[in-house]
Amino acid sequence: MTRFSRASSNPSPETNPAPPRLKSDEGPAMRIIVPLQGVVQGRGGLVLGSLLPCALFYFLQLYLKSRNRPSQSPPSSPPTTLSTPDDHHASPSSPPSASGSTIHRTLSRGLLSPRSHPNVSSRAAAVARPDEDSLYYVGYKKCLRDPFHRVDNPEGIIQLGLAENRLSQDLILDWLEKNAYGALLGGDRPGELNIMGLTTYLPFDGSDNFKNAVAGFMGQVLQESVSFDPSQIVLTSGATPAMEILSFCLADPGNAFLVPSPYYPGWDRDIKWRTGVELVPVPCRSTDNFNISIPALERAYTQAKKRGLKIRAVLIANPTNPTGHVLSRDTLIDLLDFVTEKNIHLISDEVFAGSIHGESKFVSVAEVLESEGIDKTRVHIVYGLSKDLPLPGFRVGVIHSYNETVIAASAKLARFSSVSAPTQQLLTAMLSDKQFISNYLGANRQRMRRMFLLFVDALKQLGIECANSEAGFYCWADMSRYITSYSEKGEKKLWEKLLTVAKVNVTPGLSCHCIEPGWFRCCFTTLTEEDIPLVVERMKRVTQGPK
Amino acid sequence: MVAKVYKPCIPLSAIATSSTHGEDSPYFAGWRAYDEDPYDATTNPSGVIQMGLAENQVSFDLLEKYLEEHQEVSKLVNGIGGFRENALFQDYHGLNSFRKAMASFMEEIRGGKVKFDSNRIVLTAGATAANELLSFIIANPGDALLVPTPYYPGFDRDLRWRTGVNIIPVNCNSSNKFQITKQALEEAYAKAKKADLQVKGLLMTNPSNPLGTAMTRPVLEEILNFISSKNMHLISDEIYSGSVFSSEEFISIAEILEESGYADAQRVHIVYSLSKDLGLPGFRVGAIYSYNDAVVTTARRMSSFTLVSSQTQKMLSPMLSDVNFTKNYIKTNRERLKRRYDYVVEKLRECGIECLHGNAGLFCWMNLKPLLEEATTDGELKLWETILKDLKLDISPGSSCHCTEPGWFRVCFANMSIETLDVALSRFTSFMEKRRKT
Repeated sequence: MTRFSRASSNPSPETNPAPPRLKSDEGPAMRIIVPLQGVVQGRGGLVLGSLLPCALFYFLQLYLKSRNRPSQSPPSSPPTTLSTPDDHHASPSSPPSASGSTIHRTLSRGLLSPRSHPNVSSRAAAVARPDEDSLYYVGYKKCLRDPFHRVDNPEGIIQLGLAENRLSQDLILDWLEKNAYGALLGGDRPGELNIMGLTTYLPFDGSDNFKNAVAGFMGQVLQESVSFDPSQIVLTSGATPAMEILSFCLADPGNAFLVPSPYYPGWDRDIKWRTGVELVPVPCRSTDNFNISIPALERAYTQAKKRGLKIRAVLIANPTNPTGHVLSRDTLIDLLDFVTEKNIHLISDEVFAGSIHGESKFVSVAEVLESEGIDKTRVHIVYGLSKDLPLPGFRVGVIHSYNETVIAASAKLARFSSVSAPTQQLLTAMLSDKQFISNYLGANRQRMRRMFLLFVDALKQLGIECANSEAGFYCWADMSRYITSYSEKGEKKLWEKLLTVAKVNVTPGLSCHCIEPGWFRCCFTTLTEEDIPLVVERMKRVTQGPK
Repeated sequence: MVAKVYKPCIPLSAIATSSTHGEDSPYFAGWRAYDEDPYDATTNPSGVIQMGLAENQVSFDLLEKYLEEHQEVSKLVNGIGGFRENALFQDYHGLNSFRKAMASFMEEIRGGKVKFDSNRIVLTAGATAANELLSFIIANPGDALLVPTPYYPGFDRDLRWRTGVNIIPVNCNSSNKFQITKQALEEAYAKAKKADLQVKGLLMTNPSNPLGTAMTRPVLEEILNFISSKNMHLISDEIYSGSVFSSEEFISIAEILEESGYADAQRVHIVYSLSKDLGLPGFRVGAIYSYNDAVVTTARRMSSFTLVSSQTQKMLSPMLSDVNFTKNYIKTNRERLKRRYDYVVEKLRECGIECLHGNAGLFCWMNLKPLLEEATTDGELKLWETILKDLKLDISPGSSCHCTEPGWFRVCFANMSIETLDVALSRFTSFMEKRRKT
């Protein structure tokens, strides 16, 4: 079987002008065979003269075969205009992978020598691979191609898999309409535009004014139970880079974080990808209300140690995602005791701190630290403006740390992920409008509560019970009665049915590393009240349809 | 300020504690000196004048005028009937309209000689992020990138810090005006091979920082042949493309590729940004343009860590798509930069200082070799310190840019008013006069 048996009907325009390097097996082999002839011809006698060269030749073949096995990813396709959605790798056949094989070569298009195409790194190849294993992204992409629209595409896929909050965006848009231009003016005379302050380089970790405004907002969200010091925060273009930068600072490649599961699927990509840090899920159970168990953390820590895996931190989300719980003060104290005893870090992702729709009061780990007198240099908070305010497009994330070195290093790394100057200026004005913020937080809370109750009720009509969530944009639904086999496979089948038959995208528990099959995260904050009966009708196609 | 007690018992990563951020070099030390004692015409006339920061402030009045005349772009909301389309949300594709606007602007800068497909643009928060992203994508930890010297000091950090990638310099010198030669490329490649490093690509800046020169066609073709024969990637950092004084003198790698029917194009990736040409470094708008599908896909996903604010995209989209505005802006900006450059070079020549003949950028490459006490890096740094301490001018020493020939300095002239520039030039003049007398 030759390498290029599948000839392309449209030969690619860019054949490599340089002569291909000799790839044949004959070249190097010949250089050894000829001198061997001397042995064969007489000097070694019969046994040596025949056995030895045969043995040598045999091993030579083995050696050459192993050397010629390709170790790099196969060529990518020629540069054509991308007509398909950008996210989709244009190669029609097998995706590039870090571990190439001869089979890949025969499937790849083109008559080109593999050497004529520079490869991407194995880091990149792992990412360019279609996310067959992450249903979280598969569902998202399918939804992009066939998105539901009440008027233009009523049969499209309803997106319940993306934690975006559109319930109160009208309030933000109203504020912008009245205030945005004024917020960007910097001139001395009223109405005069002076953009000098916007255009020049700002500190990469955020301007002082904006840091003050963000610290103030964080305090307001916590109803002033904590006061945040602006000099202990680093601003980044979103919570995604905030989390990654923090990971780069706290761990080396090959180290790991313990993460109570189920957890936010995005972490698998955001944290592990470029840092080389591993995530070790520590399962929480429904019998325990999915609460964090310190004994489970202990066991996971010990097991990791046995495997030679160095744990550098415990990573939690509070409020939790996907279960939507608010952690108790006691749990936070237990966690702090645990990380102190192990001399590791605690990362608390508090992006939903201002999105509580239930009765419980949110307690930040910052509040507990203040009262409990624990070493603060091991505690780091990640925050952002993508959830509590509907501004994910603006890209504002926060690292808050009491550790000087972490702040110094993060501030330098923030140069790769800075907040845009006009956004800093605009949001400084918005966050400083405390009355508006207070109105927004209150109104949004009410709307979220209303939608949550309606949605949970609707699911109940379908026989689906939800966990007692109090926060976040989603409910954590138990659909196990509708899976045919109580297993990962069964859950995946149900998820596919929901996506293709009901045309509803939800996030399956297995993407969140939930060990109990049948749980799904359903976001309700992009829906209107009128959408809910439609969602019920759609889901009935699966719940009442053939198994 | 938080209490200065660092408890060494809680360990941090190697990245957090390493100095690969490279901020220990004189390039950055000069900035700190400026921060501590910044020049101000009224309040601090004997302060340090910042000539080490490549910022473009010569044309921001044109931007102000546009924003004043088009106030609606800052409101971010278009009312269409009752439905308000807004920029509060985006995903990593960025806003279509903005990618199209960037493609249009990039075409305008190249005089319409090339076409850019907006689907091949990946937006990043600045060219810094774009360069780092490409380094992550085309190389593994321990691999190497070739970078012609002298080069922008920030590359040491941007290409290496988190990526674990090495830089092998391709050394250029004044014997041929610092142009890249085949011999220099081969030497660098051989050096890498000897050190057992896999060379994954070449990163060149065109026009060059710190030289302020646009690359010629023969050199570009030579480079393309080289990277092709070695099966490497080519990154062309063209962030100063709009700052070439005369549009005919800039040849983008895109042009060479288009002319040859895109043979081997999938090795090539262009980096762009609005920080230099448009003078908007604070906006954090950068882009990768790649002819390689796998790189586009991967870069797009990886851009999750470095997206451009949707507000910013919404604001700039109309302006960059407005061909009347961009044509005029590009032309005016070029003229103003050329005027400044000619002015600076002339004044320096009058007091006995020569510069490399440049045709681009926000700086000139100044030859102070005759002033060195000894023709070594130490000699150069001594002179740099003298200029910083006695003349109160922060200029960038060539050694920070890995220049192998001591005595060259990068001097920025576009980041200040003409009055401040005159003060700076007069300090040079007095200094040279004093030297002549002694």
